[in-house]
Amino acid sequence: MAKQHVTTTINGNPVEYLCESRQTLLEVLRDELHLTGTKEGCGTGDCGACTVNVNGRMMCSCLFLGVEAQGKSITTVEGIANGEKLHVLQRKFVEHAALQCGICTPGMLVASKTLLDRNNNPTEEEVRYWLAGNLCRCTGYNQIIEAVLDAAKEIRGA
Amino acid sequence: MSSDMRYEAPATLEAAVALLAGASGVARVLAGGTDLLIQMRGGRVEPALLVDIKGIGEMRSISAENGGFRLGAAVTAMEMSEHAAFAKAWPGLTEAAMLIGSYQIKGRATVGGNLCNASPAADSVPALIAAGATASILGPNGRREVKAEDIATGPGKNSLAKGEIVASFLLPARPARSGDAYLRFIPRTEMDIAVVGAGINLTLDEKGVCTHARVCVGAVAERALLVQAAADALIGTPVDAAALERMGAAVSAACRPIDDKRGTKAYRIKVSAVMAKRAAAIALNRALDRARGTK
Repeated sequence: MAKQHVTTTINGNPVEYLCESRQTLLEVLRDELHLTGTKEGCGTGDCGACTVNVNGRMMCSCLFLGVEAQGKSITTVEGIANGEKLHVLQRKFVEHAALQCGICTPGMLVASKTLLDRNNNPTEEEVRYWLAGNLCRCTGYNQIIEAVLDAAKEIRGA
Repeated sequence: MSSDMRYEAPATLEAAVALLAGASGVARVLAGGTDLLIQMRGGRVEPALLVDIKGIGEMRSISAENGGFRLGAAVTAMEMSEHAAFAKAWPGLTEAAMLIGSYQIKGRATVGGNLCNASPAADSVPALIAAGATASILGPNGRREVKAEDIATGPGKNSLAKGEIVASFLLPARPARSGDAYLRFIPRTEMDIAVVGAGINLTLDEKGVCTHARVCVGAVAERALLVQAAADALIGTPVDAAALERMGAAVSAACRPIDDKRGTKAYRIKVSAVMAKRAAAIALNRALDRARGTK
């Protein structure tokens, strides 16, 4: 069967691509569009490394077909910084040493940004539950939680 | 994976039914994809046709109907929890759906998908059955209404005929003194599959006596079990400790679980009573709180 033609928006830019109907959005992002910031961990929706934001909701891009992106607006980790200027979450992740190997980081950043876009004053418990689907085997999570709470504080201007 | 899978995203239910009914090979409905895409990746199912039903308005909305709610089968857990009136009327069902996976999954996974995927451990299903939900199914021969408990028949198996789609659920009008609750047991706090789940829905009269109850337990049989004997143990009582003990005993007696890595038969049988009693206590408090609120 011919490849499917998809018109979508990625990180604010109109994008068109051709994909197989079985290809996941994760495969399209990495292999067709060369947006390799989004990582594959488990491939089954358990680890959150491939988290992207679709129309304001965070999703595992491994559980989302490339063809489903038609007409949607997608944000990946590449869309978080403003050019060379890091987003406050990215800066706080660096300051708090909230990453080591870095595989979980793109998903952590997209998930954290989705949370702070909804609620810029979350409790520690809310952050921990919100990020329950993002696994990190390096940090033990505390630095990540601290970075998110610190970023929220800066966003609130507190 | 072979690459010759056809993907369709029809705008109407009728078009979706026609696609499924006319399919010559394996056809699947794609809702949230949180089970189906994993099954496809693992090679357990290789559809020739995927029908993505998320563009069908009737399946994506929650609306008032006959004093109750019409819940689209492709409404996600997050959408349900964000619908204030629905979440207030059915806190147990809403909480059950919000126990499914991470927030990434809750933003994708649908109630209809959870039911039709037919996992015996599905979290929203005991709550949906306890709520007395009726599924509205459209197929090549028209519409039929089926109680939620009659959809799943066993692990991965449901009673839908070829071409049929669960379009929506009708949640009945709530009498004044009603409450529902769902609890599951897992060995950690998040991101796990139920060892046992229990959904309770009950209604009290003005004197606080239970007039209506539905008790449904998950992960203790090949499908979620609606336990009439457990409901009968609550009806006519003030849902006191003695009634809860009898209800729990009836739940345990109805369980026919398997041993697996999540729990043994004996453990599940015992814990099912514990979960059902605790859920009933929450449902009772919700009913009493509502009674106070209406005074």
